[in-house]
Amino acid sequence: MTLTLVGLSHRVAPVTLRERVTLDLEGAARLARSLGDAVCLSTCNRTELYLEDIDEAEAVAALERVAGEPLDGVLYRLREDAAALHLFRVAAGLDSLVPGEGEILGQVRAAYEAADPGPLLGHVFRQAVVVGKRVRTQTSIGESPASVSSAAAALAAQVFGDLKGRRVLLVGAGRIGELAAANLASRGAHIAYIANRTVDTARELANRFGGESIALTEIATHLADVDVVLSSTSAPEAILHANEVPSRRHTPLFFIDIAVPRDIDPAIAKLDGCFLYDIDDLEAVVAETLELRRAEASRAEQLVEEEAERFRSWRASLDVVPAIASLRARAEEIRTSELAKVDRRMSDDALRTLESVTSQILNKLLHLPTIRMKEAAVTADGAEYADAVRYLFGLEEETP
Amino acid sequence: MLEALFWPAVLGYGEAAVAYANARTTRAATWGVRLGWLAQTALLAAQVVGADGFPWSSWAGTLNLFVWFLVGTYLIWGCKPRFRLLGLAVMPLAVTLFVVARIGGGTNARVSHYGDLFLVLHVGMLTAAFAGFTLAAGLAALYLWQEHRLKGRAPDILRMRLPPLASLEFLAWRTILVSLPLLTLGLAIGVIRQRRDGGTFDQREILTLLAWIVYGGFLAARPTGRRAACLALGGFALVVIARVALAGSHFT
Repeated sequence: MTLTLVGLSHRVAPVTLRERVTLDLEGAARLARSLGDAVCLSTCNRTELYLEDIDEAEAVAALERVAGEPLDGVLYRLREDAAALHLFRVAAGLDSLVPGEGEILGQVRAAYEAADPGPLLGHVFRQAVVVGKRVRTQTSIGESPASVSSAAAALAAQVFGDLKGRRVLLVGAGRIGELAAANLASRGAHIAYIANRTVDTARELANRFGGESIALTEIATHLADVDVVLSSTSAPEAILHANEVPSRRHTPLFFIDIAVPRDIDPAIAKLDGCFLYDIDDLEAVVAETLELRRAEASRAEQLVEEEAERFRSWRASLDVVPAIASLRARAEEIRTSELAKVDRRMSDDALRTLESVTSQILNKLLHLPTIRMKEAAVTADGAEYADAVRYLFGLEEETP
Repeated sequence: MLEALFWPAVLGYGEAAVAYANARTTRAATWGVRLGWLAQTALLAAQVVGADGFPWSSWAGTLNLFVWFLVGTYLIWGCKPRFRLLGLAVMPLAVTLFVVARIGGGTNARVSHYGDLFLVLHVGMLTAAFAGFTLAAGLAALYLWQEHRLKGRAPDILRMRLPPLASLEFLAWRTILVSLPLLTLGLAIGVIRQRRDGGTFDQREILTLLAWIVYGGFLAARPTGRRAACLALGGFALVVIARVALAGSHFT
């Protein structure tokens, strides 16, 4: 069994090329199945084909068909342990644009499940998922937000704790605001109101989030009813001023202003119970947490290397598995044929005892050689041990 | 015997105080708190058995008991990985006070000076309440710091994470909610005993009564945000003055 990887990623190919070979999950699975035992991992940052016993030239040709142009010079090719190590790093988020981003782990799992590959690829992908989980649970690499929208949600959680049930007023129905609102909603917040210059767009977004659309002029009247205000309009000047904010004696009010020019009057930050973060503040927080991610990446690399070593051991043990299986089959064959010679002369009880005793003798006799062969398999001597066992026990000769 | 129990306790607390400094060793710190507290519990039990009564009537003995209550309260409500910085505030204080209690002979005391159950209950309950108020003050101080960082938009706010404001506020309130009845009972028992002896109110009792009013008002009005934190710290300041500045016993 051979393992090969052919692919391209953000490290070697520009987005103009990557977008031509990006496939959706079904398309990737179709491509993999057309090649045989293969898995195609396709995200916005990479398209990679993992192959089991398939000529890499076939994979290159398949990718070039998808791209509609030759890909020489941008495709990387990795084999065996190097291919596995690469997949483990990908699953751990270490090969991502933002180190430790978590989405890739789900994409690796989905690609594997959609492709239903052979035993070697199955093993390496299952292990990759384990590596990804280990890195996320045993390091802090994924704890810090990697984007402005996730930083905004994390900061809101620093004020309110659990965001479940917290009410959000979204001002502006643009793409960035929608992303940030989705991030808050994914943490349990309720997008209660959407205010926008174009009422139809606000209504459409309100339907999606299960909220209510309101006019921009109604913002101030709803402030007493929300916990978070998220603003991202393209208004040329501030649309919310300090004198419009009601007194917050009991619960805090958290303002996120990701608009440029800013939508929210900076004086609001000085009000009791009010917190305000603008785009510069959020970017500073993200930059700070990226430092933390990079620091954690070295710990994650150690975990990945441990798993790669485990994979190498597993691969090596495969060399001796056929020899062990043959040895055990041969021993069992001798045992049953010898028992057949005596079974007519013995009672059922005695025969059962004999069956049990001979099985135990065989197991005990073969236990140590089995262990030793597996241990040797990890070293360079594994194949020689397997050959020696085959020779000594005549495992490749025909049985009489 | 008491010696053999003091060292595991102080080592456990000390280990926790050091381990809380690093986010990666928080779990080790938690175990240090747990094991240290178990050792101190055994130490207190051994002291009770040895004295056949209440061996913490001296200031050092009371300090020993106070540390046990403080760490116990922290174990119940604050000993969580996300509250690492609270541990970093509580455990060094606990180690220091515990060592001071030992220097003052409070961890070796085997003699009970209180033949009266009233006094035992009075001192025990007040000490437990003061431990609770200390933890509440720690939580309130953390609240003010976290609020200051959030208001000031500190870039490292997510790098060095404190518990959310809402959690700090709720925990401080709950700690005071449990501690105030203990203070009330302790005070009531003390007043009854004093009236029996024909004594009058002294400065310490007046200050403690003031603290009771502050904490009572805190629970009744249930303020939020910075006001709540300032009130919890104000009450604690009165407690500290009553316990430290006006040291000495008003019972004979």
